[in-house]
Amino acid sequence: MRLDRRGSLLSQVHIDPPLLGGLLMLCAIGLVTLYSASGQSVDVVIKQALRMLLGMACMIGIAQISPQRLARWAPGIYLLGVFLLIVTTAIGEGRGAHRWLDLGPIRFQPSEIMKLATPLTVAWFLRDKILPPRMGQIGIALAIVVVPGALIMEQPDLGTAILVMAAGLLVLFFAGIPWRLIMLAVGATGAMAPIGWLFMHEYQRQRVRTLLDPAADPLGTGYHIIQSTIAVGSGGWSGKGWLNGTQSYLEFLPERATDFIFAVYCEEFGLLGVLVLLAAYLLVMMRGVTIAVQAQDLFGRLVAASLIFTLFIYIFVNMGMVIGQLPVVGVPLPLISFGGTSIVTLLTSMGILMSIQTHRRFIVES
Amino acid sequence: MNSGANPRRESNRDPASFRGRILFAIAGMLLLVAMLIARLAYLQLVNHDHYTTLSLENRLKVLPIPPTRGLVYSRDGVVLAENRASFALEFVPEKTPALNRALAEIQPYVSLSADQLSRLRSELKQRRRFDTITVKENLSEQEVAVFSVNRYRFPGFQIAGRLTRHYPLGAETGAVVGYVGRINEEELRRLDQGEYSGTTHIGKEGIERSYETELHGRVGYQTVEVNAQGRVLRVVESRPPVPGRNLRLGIDTRLQREAIKALDGQKGAIVAIEPATGSVLAFVTNPAFDPNPFVNGISVSLYDSLRNAPDRPLFNRALQGLYPPGSTIKPLIAAGAIELGLRDRRAATFCPSFFQLPGASHKYRCWQKAGHGSVDMIRSIAESCDVYYYALARDMGIDRMHDLLVGFGLGKPTGIDLPAELGGLVPSRAWKQRARKLPWFPGETLLNGIGQGFMLTSPVQLAHVASILANRGRVIVPHVVDLLESPQAGEQEQVHVVEAPSVPVHQEEAWNAAIEGMHEVVQGERGTARATGLDAAYQYAGKTGTAQLFQIAQDKRIDVKDITKQLRDHALFVSFAPLEQPRIALGIVVENGESGAHTAAPIARTLFDFYFALKGQDDASG
Repeated sequence: MRLDRRGSLLSQVHIDPPLLGGLLMLCAIGLVTLYSASGQSVDVVIKQALRMLLGMACMIGIAQISPQRLARWAPGIYLLGVFLLIVTTAIGEGRGAHRWLDLGPIRFQPSEIMKLATPLTVAWFLRDKILPPRMGQIGIALAIVVVPGALIMEQPDLGTAILVMAAGLLVLFFAGIPWRLIMLAVGATGAMAPIGWLFMHEYQRQRVRTLLDPAADPLGTGYHIIQSTIAVGSGGWSGKGWLNGTQSYLEFLPERATDFIFAVYCEEFGLLGVLVLLAAYLLVMMRGVTIAVQAQDLFGRLVAASLIFTLFIYIFVNMGMVIGQLPVVGVPLPLISFGGTSIVTLLTSMGILMSIQTHRRFIVES
Repeated sequence: MNSGANPRRESNRDPASFRGRILFAIAGMLLLVAMLIARLAYLQLVNHDHYTTLSLENRLKVLPIPPTRGLVYSRDGVVLAENRASFALEFVPEKTPALNRALAEIQPYVSLSADQLSRLRSELKQRRRFDTITVKENLSEQEVAVFSVNRYRFPGFQIAGRLTRHYPLGAETGAVVGYVGRINEEELRRLDQGEYSGTTHIGKEGIERSYETELHGRVGYQTVEVNAQGRVLRVVESRPPVPGRNLRLGIDTRLQREAIKALDGQKGAIVAIEPATGSVLAFVTNPAFDPNPFVNGISVSLYDSLRNAPDRPLFNRALQGLYPPGSTIKPLIAAGAIELGLRDRRAATFCPSFFQLPGASHKYRCWQKAGHGSVDMIRSIAESCDVYYYALARDMGIDRMHDLLVGFGLGKPTGIDLPAELGGLVPSRAWKQRARKLPWFPGETLLNGIGQGFMLTSPVQLAHVASILANRGRVIVPHVVDLLESPQAGEQEQVHVVEAPSVPVHQEEAWNAAIEGMHEVVQGERGTARATGLDAAYQYAGKTGTAQLFQIAQDKRIDVKDITKQLRDHALFVSFAPLEQPRIALGIVVENGESGAHTAAPIARTLFDFYFALKGQDDASG
């Protein structure tokens, strides 16, 4: 009896073909949509394609590292990320918000690191515990989640803070924390909402008000939502056709290449196109869930499940925002929105899934 | 069955509860997806007609109308900065089928350099296909005419009229007026996006920069109806822009030109101020540069030649040139001595041509090799006796001297309304400890007493000092802009005279002595500059100064002719005229001019004569 890896040529190099296929399909949809949303700018599309290539390289690179090694590295990366967040808040620069760390030629958002490091570290902490975790262990895990969350919220970048904390909390959820605790947390959050209102920045309050009544300030904060709703609604069943979205071409739609690109997609491809897009996302999701279920140790299961459902949170928050169901939070649509770091982070997280899937060991009859 | 795991982890090997959570999460996800689809169906199917109508009606666009930049003109009504109509060749990529061929065929009519073509190609990649892109600015009349005739051959191309900033006097007023240039990325981030939405240029230097807000004006808007292709059908509503305000400077171009002429190509600076108002009458730095090429992007070769020129024409000597003030500060020290009770005007000091500190062998030399003999305060100023001021500086001490000179506005910017003014340096114990990590030495106090050593002043500060002396201690902040004028409303706003805390010298006797000494300098029998002032029709006051560039060794004599021009001393002169109710105060620096009396003082006399003759003419003509 010996342990062996098995699988196709691609899994020998730690690539998971179904997951890769789904991601490539999304990238293709993204580039086609971006060409239209950017006003047919070849330059923007090339830039985005280069970032996708960089992301793919990171994905394949991280897939070569075994989950065991990732688990060992996780706390170190986490501590480094927290340190960088503190540095960024102290000296970082951004337009009114301290998000970017400028290291000469390299400029990046340390919060991107935390999107991966936080769930990995929570999973690392729980990997050898008896499940369901005891209260003290839950407390420590919560601390691991809240520290970066609070630092990012301080920047202030509410969208990213929510995503980072959600990724960490999902690990706890899949680790099987008791339902009554979850209920308690949900209830407490609901009760705290009015107090949270007091601590919000004015622009954040404005976004909530806008969600409730966009028509109140049609040229101010409600403008985004009104215009994106018109774009989505006028798309109809089959859309106005590629490159024919008047809302985006006549520049009524703000942020049309970045956070609001889904509105352009809806306008040009209609509900039919949206169903295709959702199907592509679900394909990637279901492959991720399969990887999570098939994972051989607790670390792999928790990480895979957390990362794949974080991807869903991105999709839901972005689409919900564009169609006016959620407040405007700066969350990009994965692989479709124009923007560098989030694509690289997302593809890297998919690389972790591939690593979990392809480093499994099987018993082979000798 | 999977195996190979650590037995210690057996307790969490059972994935049953994990599977349960996964199933729950999938159910939750599908529920949320269903919500999204329901909402999308509601928008895209149920209300499709409603939103289609809205999208068709959604054709009102708001376009910015940039304001016209304010003009700048001089006291005597000469335009110094204006907006000239110019023509540019533009095109819209979307409407231009064969761009490369068109660009090749257009060459005989409008010549395009390789530089322009490569800039165009990089811009083409960044801009959207329906944006207008400029091919070439500032077309000549011939280019406009020839292209217009052949326009039918170039669909998508058009000639657009626009306004370009122009400075008619070029280098003569460049150091004051400055120039505008294209808005760069850093400025774009800082600026109000709305106000500058139609503006391409912004003040970079001079008053173009310091009065940017006033000159720019307020943006206007027009709401237009566009068709589905984005073409403007009609203007629905418009709010006209508020043009920028015109600025009238205190500068008289005739005096300005005379000052340039008087410098006669020598490096240096001249600043003239009206003492009663602080209005700047002339502001010259030489050599100067023509600001016009900067407006639409200066070529690399021209910029390099300006930047690397040995005379440094880009360097604003009047505002940023720092020179040791030399003997020009002697009247200030003298006035301070009376105020502090250290000397009265008759107290005499004997000058044997050198001064020694007790117990030290070093001889501090007077410029007069034969010695001045017995010198009182008036003579000490008139003949610029160094020994008198060595002794006085010792008695005053560096701390009180520092406070006195700072009171005269030295060691800090005057607050003139031009950007990037330098404050110079008035040394103190604290400064030396901080900057040099050394204690203050008594000998340095002596050198500071004759304006040598560490002290540094700019020509604007020297003119400011002359103006303060003329005002007997009142400190009025100098200003270049006299009047702001709104072209539409026709209202005029005089710039307020801003008074800073006056000099801490309050005894009339102190001012009388300092000014009488300065009067003797130019019109006394033994004054250092009597050669230039004795035959003047009016009475005036001045003080020469010589800023040493290098130290000649003790007891060594050097023939001036042996020293190369670059190493010769700077000639300084501060002056005001007339003595009663002064109307003009001057600060003059001639680099490597050797002697304040021989090089700088005659310039002051020339400018006074010219200015008073000018005023006489103006008054006569009414």
